[in-house]
Amino acid sequence: MDSLSRLENQSIYIIREAFNKFEHLAMLWSIGKDSTVLLWLARKAFLGHVPFPLVHVDTSYKIPSMIEYRDRLVREWNLELIVGKNEEVLRGGTTYPNGKATRVECCGTLKRDALKQVLDKHHFTGVIVGVRRDEEPTRAKERYFSPRDKNMEWNVEDQPPELWDQFKTDFEKGAHIRIHPLLHWTEVNVWEYIERERIPVIPLYFANGKGVRYRSLGCAPCTAPITSNARTVAEIIEELRQTRTPERSGRAQDKESEDAFEKLRRDGYM
Amino acid sequence: MIPESSDLDTSNPAAQEPPPARTTAHSSVGEQLKIVIVGHVDHGKSTLIGRLFHDTGSLPEGKLEQLQRAAERRGVPFEWANLMDALQSERDQNITIDTAQIWFRTHKRQYVLIDAPGHEEFIKNMVTGAASANAALLVIAAEEGVREQSRRHGYLLGLLGVRQIAVLVNKMDLVDYSRARFEAIASEYREFLLSLGLQPNLFIPISAKQGDNIAQRGDRLAWWNGPTVLEALDSFTPSPAPVDAPLRFAVQDVYRFDNRRILAGRVESGTLRVGERVLFTPGNKVSTVKTIERWSAPPTLEARAGESIGITLTEQLFVERGAVGSLESDPPFELAHFKARVFWLGRQPLTKGRRYKLKLATQEADCGIETVEKIIDASSLAEVRRSEQPPCVRRHEVAELVLHTRRPVAFDVHGDFSATARFVLVDGYDVAGGGIILPNGYPRRTSDSLHKSTNIYWTSGKVTRQQRTLRNGHPGCVLWLTGLSASGKSTIAYELERQLFNRGRHVYVLDGDKVRHGLCSDLAFSPEDRKENIRRVGEMAKIIADSGTIVITAFISPYRADRRLVRSILNEGDFIEVYVNAPVQICEQRDPKGLYAKARAGQIKDFTGVSAPYEAPEDPELELRTDQATVEESVASIVEFLEQMNRKAREVSDMHR
Repeated sequence: MDSLSRLENQSIYIIREAFNKFEHLAMLWSIGKDSTVLLWLARKAFLGHVPFPLVHVDTSYKIPSMIEYRDRLVREWNLELIVGKNEEVLRGGTTYPNGKATRVECCGTLKRDALKQVLDKHHFTGVIVGVRRDEEPTRAKERYFSPRDKNMEWNVEDQPPELWDQFKTDFEKGAHIRIHPLLHWTEVNVWEYIERERIPVIPLYFANGKGVRYRSLGCAPCTAPITSNARTVAEIIEELRQTRTPERSGRAQDKESEDAFEKLRRDGYM
Repeated sequence: MIPESSDLDTSNPAAQEPPPARTTAHSSVGEQLKIVIVGHVDHGKSTLIGRLFHDTGSLPEGKLEQLQRAAERRGVPFEWANLMDALQSERDQNITIDTAQIWFRTHKRQYVLIDAPGHEEFIKNMVTGAASANAALLVIAAEEGVREQSRRHGYLLGLLGVRQIAVLVNKMDLVDYSRARFEAIASEYREFLLSLGLQPNLFIPISAKQGDNIAQRGDRLAWWNGPTVLEALDSFTPSPAPVDAPLRFAVQDVYRFDNRRILAGRVESGTLRVGERVLFTPGNKVSTVKTIERWSAPPTLEARAGESIGITLTEQLFVERGAVGSLESDPPFELAHFKARVFWLGRQPLTKGRRYKLKLATQEADCGIETVEKIIDASSLAEVRRSEQPPCVRRHEVAELVLHTRRPVAFDVHGDFSATARFVLVDGYDVAGGGIILPNGYPRRTSDSLHKSTNIYWTSGKVTRQQRTLRNGHPGCVLWLTGLSASGKSTIAYELERQLFNRGRHVYVLDGDKVRHGLCSDLAFSPEDRKENIRRVGEMAKIIADSGTIVITAFISPYRADRRLVRSILNEGDFIEVYVNAPVQICEQRDPKGLYAKARAGQIKDFTGVSAPYEAPEDPELELRTDQATVEESVASIVEFLEQMNRKAREVSDMHR
């Protein structure tokens, strides 16, 4: 079995474990390449079906074509979608683009708090998330099944042991488990798989003759495209094999302080 | 600078139907190897990784500068270790708390480097990192030499199944690159590994801080002719998937999609083929593989070790999560007890008498310790001797023990294929230990039954269990009364039979007198004969219970193992162990048949309670203190138990209606 198939089979195993163990299960779908690959793997696991709802945390600052693409796939793949928005903060206007919050504060309310609201409302105890270890150093320390307490906090200094594909599936009431089936994939692996499986990804990832493309997708005000001429998946793979620039270099909220991202994640960010 | 949506598209259009996936693998994806870096605290594991990254040009752009600035801000010297120590708490204390993974590539292949913490306190994180590795780099600092965690980590690597090990003697700069020092450490540690049955691939002198022998050789270690760390990495080989081992298909779940019943699971070892007959254990049900199911992938007639697939069967069976599919010619063991080597990570000690959840492949079973045979301090290999009762295994200790499960589990003995030979133990909410199953002369359940019963298949009649239950108003089951002679088993059994019969229940008593005169008249009272006696009674009780009858048995049945065997042949929930408990002094006073007197006089050998042991049930469904309660009260509590069980069964069947 080649490496890519090994990654795929491991992820399918994890997704199936999650489905077996959590009655109230959802999958986060950020519309980006990773969670779209995750969605594809769910269809692999359940033979074309997606037997749980997808949650999209919409900050209302997403790049507009992301929403178009999202709604198209929901129709075509017959998906159940729950959109989570922090309406209260959006009404109050205390956001970064309005100049009334820092970037990190804005991520905290529009993403983390919005996610918590959705989880509470639907009583989800398991949430499948498409984070990868190679994205960012605190994610490198994640578990496949990673508990969050009732305040969504991540106790990173005391994580459960995880061995031989036996995961933490027992937990106290009020806590929930984040399930990370893509943890062992790299950015290049994701694109190699997109190429192999011909998975439709949002075209923002491709350069369209203007010399720029998005490498990582987030909110428009905090996400910058990179200089690139890659127009196809194959060209992106080639580009990534050469580069030494980190994937999230276009994501401004990571850089506000040395541990900005760690703090966000400890508090329940994805 | 957002590309406009008008010129989006087309390179990867969404499709209604799954597009045909390409069948050939991308050669460019290449091979990947997972390497764990272990060793005692401060022996230089994280530094080694930082240096390896730097010397191979693998650091992300700007990372070195970022780390240098951060060190300056904090007013501390720059440390390579900070590359991996991503948590603020790790940087502040200059320690690695949790395992982390980082990718890098040589000309040969891609590597995942797994950094493991060296503090004893964080052993569970070390285990997490090492459990998935193909090979290990074990770091020992030259000036400190072999320490506790050097040994404990070596021991755990062996237990976790990591077989390729290179030992790096680091900080050679602090011992003047002394060849003698290197050789002394290498020789000491080699001996340690050999005593564990582990064969280290290599010993290499290095200085991670100075960059000697990491990616390049240096003048300072001119006496060294062996490989660098980088060359050692490239000399490791990937662990091949056990495709040629016996088939083990672990059923993960059962899906009902598109009006088909699909068993989802992973081929843990061997190869599964369409058209083959597969035996599912526990339960011993056989059917033939009709199809192998995948989505958006070319159809195939076989699935090999490592593949997560679905299958459909030609004959529908009631198979659930936890079942292990195998070929009839090479099935796993199926028993409710086994010997294991366990490492314990829990805050609370692993204690005899407490119950744990065993997770083995996709099976889960309630379990407990039967005996603790040996406790080992893995940092010295010394045997730990403690006289405390009940016996227990403390955090970070390793123990050899016999575990028993409430119902039989399918397992293999640790060896060439391991997914069904290792397990974890869950204490409360937490995974608190792991273990491997050791050989112990287990009866190969089909070794004789295979020859005797090859052509016997279960024929299901046209009357189902549900129909019998519905007509009778209650399900069949076995009430297994166990206790000393004269504890009151038969008296209770016959009074219970009368009362249940009067309530319209189908009920029947089996006791020694009934079977010893006919069915078991060829058996005496040796341990083997007692065991066979109980086995026959168990099999007969099973058949009678299957007919919808409540079977009450009244046998001393002094051995746990024998009672467990009977439990294992019945469906879960059908075996109700009733401990008829009266102190031996009381029984002796009663002595209606004068047997105790004869035993005391030496006229009866091996009399339970006098000259032969009685192993009391550890976790019976019901316990009757017949020295304190009357026969009527004892019978009433069994009747109440049955009523409750019936109510529950009805609720469940209503839910499924």
